[in-house]
Amino acid sequence: MTPATLHPRLQEIVEDFAAVPDRDRLQLLLEYSQDLPALPERYAEHRDLLEPVPECQTPLFLAVEVEPDSVVHLFFEAPAEAPTTRGFAAILHAGLDGLEADEVLAVPAEFSTQLGLADLVSPLRLRGMAAMLARIKRQVRDQRG
Amino acid sequence: MALPYDSAPKFAEYAHPEMIVSTEWVAEHLDDPGLVVAESDEDVLLYETGHIPGAVKLDWHTELNDPVTRDYVDGAGFARLMSEKGITRDTTLVLYGDKNNWWAAYALWVCSLFGHPDLRLVDGGRAKWIAEGRPVSTDPAKRPQVDYPVVERDDERIRAFRDQVLAHLGQPMIDVRSPGEYSGALLHMPDYPQEGALRGGHIPGARSVPWARAAAEDATFRTRAELEAIYAGEAGLRPEDDVVVYCRIGERSSHTWFVLQHLLGYPHVRNYDGSWTEWGNSVRVPITRGDSP
Repeated sequence: MTPATLHPRLQEIVEDFAAVPDRDRLQLLLEYSQDLPALPERYAEHRDLLEPVPECQTPLFLAVEVEPDSVVHLFFEAPAEAPTTRGFAAILHAGLDGLEADEVLAVPAEFSTQLGLADLVSPLRLRGMAAMLARIKRQVRDQRG
Repeated sequence: MALPYDSAPKFAEYAHPEMIVSTEWVAEHLDDPGLVVAESDEDVLLYETGHIPGAVKLDWHTELNDPVTRDYVDGAGFARLMSEKGITRDTTLVLYGDKNNWWAAYALWVCSLFGHPDLRLVDGGRAKWIAEGRPVSTDPAKRPQVDYPVVERDDERIRAFRDQVLAHLGQPMIDVRSPGEYSGALLHMPDYPQEGALRGGHIPGARSVPWARAAAEDATFRTRAELEAIYAGEAGLRPEDDVVVYCRIGERSSHTWFVLQHLLGYPHVRNYDGSWTEWGNSVRVPITRGDSP
């Protein structure tokens, strides 16, 4: 674990989580979950374009777009009854949307373990977030060709 | 002081009607002294998004499990947890949760290991409470700390371990997982690959009765007559049988354990909480593949 290699935007999220006491950390995750942007129409009407992430305990779908200039955009959908999954998605959206493809690919696979959530959320639940990141990176690699 | 039972006609048919209450009953008794309502969910944040007013949160991963060993908290840990939640040994503890009450039934089963005297499950759980438009609150419940006694966990009566299951082969066993997990076609529950196993199939002799057979569309339990038809009729269980139930980590089988033990009144039912994540990863234990026991 070498936090020094984290992109400043992810580093900022890690510091936000580190700055609050345990009890408020879940509340922070909940706030993230409430800020997850809704799907744009082009995906809302074509759900077949979304990739399922079965590693999350509740169904989550995501889409990744890499623009010609290499900028990455992320889209997620998860039900309101799955706030933890939504929270994980929102953290990745806040940290990665708009970055360059190389910056996304450089995110360490174990990023989710740096948020201080393991004891509050359980390592098993956190695996869902690692799986989302892995799928995002794979799609970025595929689309960049 | 124990609260009155829910006298709904549906519940009166069950072997232990004192173990189950309706959402109406909860709404009516919410402010009664001696009652604590606890929410137990798969999603660790769902409680924070809104819960039955006054209900405390009881998390299976972070509170009921030992953080290191794959086991539950011990007597001292359970006493500390209950004390913090404002639950005394005399409290009527009413549990409800998401996902058809899987985790609420699991929490109820864990509380039963410590012999908490008055435990009840809310028929239909969180989904029914929400669907009926009943009030929810995002205020965390503030209950004064109380003193719950240290009671040692009793793992003999309703819990089974791997070696006991090996010795149980040939006797009644119910596998409550999905048909694909039972046959061995799937190494994990659909949508839950992180709880997989190296080998697929079921414990030899176990009958397949997926947990959801016991639940109606609205997450409530089926009537006694419907449950009898499934478990006594189709699966051939008799009340005097020594039964072991299992799933993948023991939570869906807690739901079936509750049905057999409390709704049908079978006295000898044990939940094998190691379940398929232990059996399917164990060296040289017998496994059967395919759709037949």
